[in-house]
Amino acid sequence: MKLRDKEKDVIALLSEAQRESKHNYITEEKLKLIAQEAGLSYSEVYGVATFYSLFSLKPRGEYIIRVCDSGPCHLMGSRSIFEVLEEELKIKVGETTPDGKFTLEETSCLGICDEAPAMMINEKVYGNLTPQEIKKILKRLREKKW
Amino acid sequence: MVKELKSPVRIVLENCGKINPESIEEYIAQGGYKAVNRVLQEMKPEEVINEIKASGLQGRGGAAFPTGLKWEFTSRAKDTPRYIICNADEGEPGTFKDRPILEGDPHKIIEGMIIAGYAVGAHYGYIYIRGEYILSINRFQKALEQAEEHRFLGEDILESGFNFQIEIHQGAGSYVCGEETALMDSIEGKRGNPRFKPPFPPSSGLWKKPTVINNVETLANIAPIILKGADWFRGFGTKECPGTKVYAVSGHVKEVGVVEAPMGITLRKIINEYAGGMRQGKFKMAQVGGTAGAILGEDMLDVSLDYASLKRKGLVLGSGAILVMDETTCCVDMLKCFLNFFKRECCGKCVPGRIGTEKLLEITTSISQGKGKEDDIDLILQTAKVMQKASLCALGQSPILPISTILKYFKEEFIEHIKGRCPTGVCKI
Ligand SMILES: Cc1cc2nc3c(=O)[nH]c(=O)nc-3n(C[C@H](O)[C@H](O)[C@H](O)COP(=O)(O)O)c2cc1C
Repeated sequence: MKLRDKEKDVIALLSEAQRESKHNYITEEKLKLIAQEAGLSYSEVYGVATFYSLFSLKPRGEYIIRVCDSGPCHLMGSRSIFEVLEEELKIKVGETTPDGKFTLEETSCLGICDEAPAMMINEKVYGNLTPQEIKKILKRLREKKW
Repeated sequence: MVKELKSPVRIVLENCGKINPESIEEYIAQGGYKAVNRVLQEMKPEEVINEIKASGLQGRGGAAFPTGLKWEFTSRAKDTPRYIICNADEGEPGTFKDRPILEGDPHKIIEGMIIAGYAVGAHYGYIYIRGEYILSINRFQKALEQAEEHRFLGEDILESGFNFQIEIHQGAGSYVCGEETALMDSIEGKRGNPRFKPPFPPSSGLWKKPTVINNVETLANIAPIILKGADWFRGFGTKECPGTKVYAVSGHVKEVGVVEAPMGITLRKIINEYAGGMRQGKFKMAQVGGTAGAILGEDMLDVSLDYASLKRKGLVLGSGAILVMDETTCCVDMLKCFLNFFKRECCGKCVPGRIGTEKLLEITTSISQGKGKEDDIDLILQTAKVMQKASLCALGQSPILPISTILKYFKEEFIEHIKGRCPTGVCKI
């Protein structure tokens, strides 16, 4: 027995659409399809998709780096984490590297303040970050095959 | 795993780190699901509600509303079906106290939800877990499957005739969705905009039906209260705020982590006895209750950290997050960080929230750059006051608390910035 019709759960549909996309985003066509499936207007579904920070309507990198800049992480030096990442990746927050490998995002608290400063890359948590640690992580990911 | 400091009492965190969270057998061996058994076999729904009322348990999500009363209101609502929601959105900065329970003892939450369902006559439950808590989601999913296999969930639970099932809903990255009505809109598949209250969830909640929404930590207290009784529970904490609290300590202390302690422990004790003292520098301030919480200075080190005592001082315990800051911290820089959070997470539905959060950040940023004007300090206070009165939800109503308290202690530091100097050297002027 299901609590409700999964077909009508817009947020679950959006998550699925984004997961299936190679570039971590939801295309306009997909949005239209989801609107149809859920029996909503395009603008309603657009409104939902743009509300939640985990969704993107722009193509993003293979790896989404989300660095926390809320209180505890800020206090423990998250600004220097952003600096190293921007320098290493040669992009600013909100941008994607030209090779389509990395997107850098700023996020609110991730609930891993016991490991501040912290970030997530896709579904993996990285805590107690230092500039050296960041360089090592990036090197590992760069060497990984597509 | 979340780091746990040496807790003086363990009610909520009892099993965390002790049992394999992916094994229902280990949970049962610790007395797990005995409370569900007792409730279904021996107690009437009213008796369950009365026991929770007698315990004095208050919501641990921040608002401290009496849990038993919330259940009673919902049980008396005419409309059906009724719903139980567990709020596992944990988005308040500095708060990581629900995660150890989600990751370390998911069955305890399930047990609390089943008992809540029985008490108010609900057959459906949702747990709204923030999308970033991947391990929590996976562990909870596994726990649900095990509970179903053992017939603690599903139809005719333990041959009692009572049906209950739980579904996970994943958040998609939004702080304001932790606000109960926004959370309900989010489960309904909409933008997570807070609703105007009243009506309150016990009469009109999820899909406009009577709904109990409780925080993870609140629900984790239910099974122990049922098994050991309201009087036992009242043996912990203060008269007004019984039980324990899981405090999440972060910042400039030697040991960061969660600590479960009797409600009413002091900040000094938490820092010195459990967090190993300050890391290097001298204590400057602590923010208690998350970014929406107040700044406490040295004179507050001995205040009792419970809902009632803090409320009398115009402060809040909120989620129980404690961010400790030493002398190297710049007040203006930290306030800017807090305001950046409010601006980013504001849903934009109401004007005071939308424009107010933007303006507060703008003015504070200009102060941090040495471009502030003398009346800017009054301007932030006034703006935050208007927001407190006119905003739709607590997000817009909150900035006044960190702003007014940080200014109470460190107004001089703001004036220094306006004069063109950052005393700690953090801001580049
Ligand atoms: C902006 C905002 C964010 C909130 N975030 C959370 C949260 O992440 N987790 C939570 O349990 N309660 C949160 N709350 C409080 C809930 O609205 C609600 O009071 C709580 O879920 C009730 O459960 P309780 O009575 O067990 O505390 C938030 C409130 C506001 C205004």
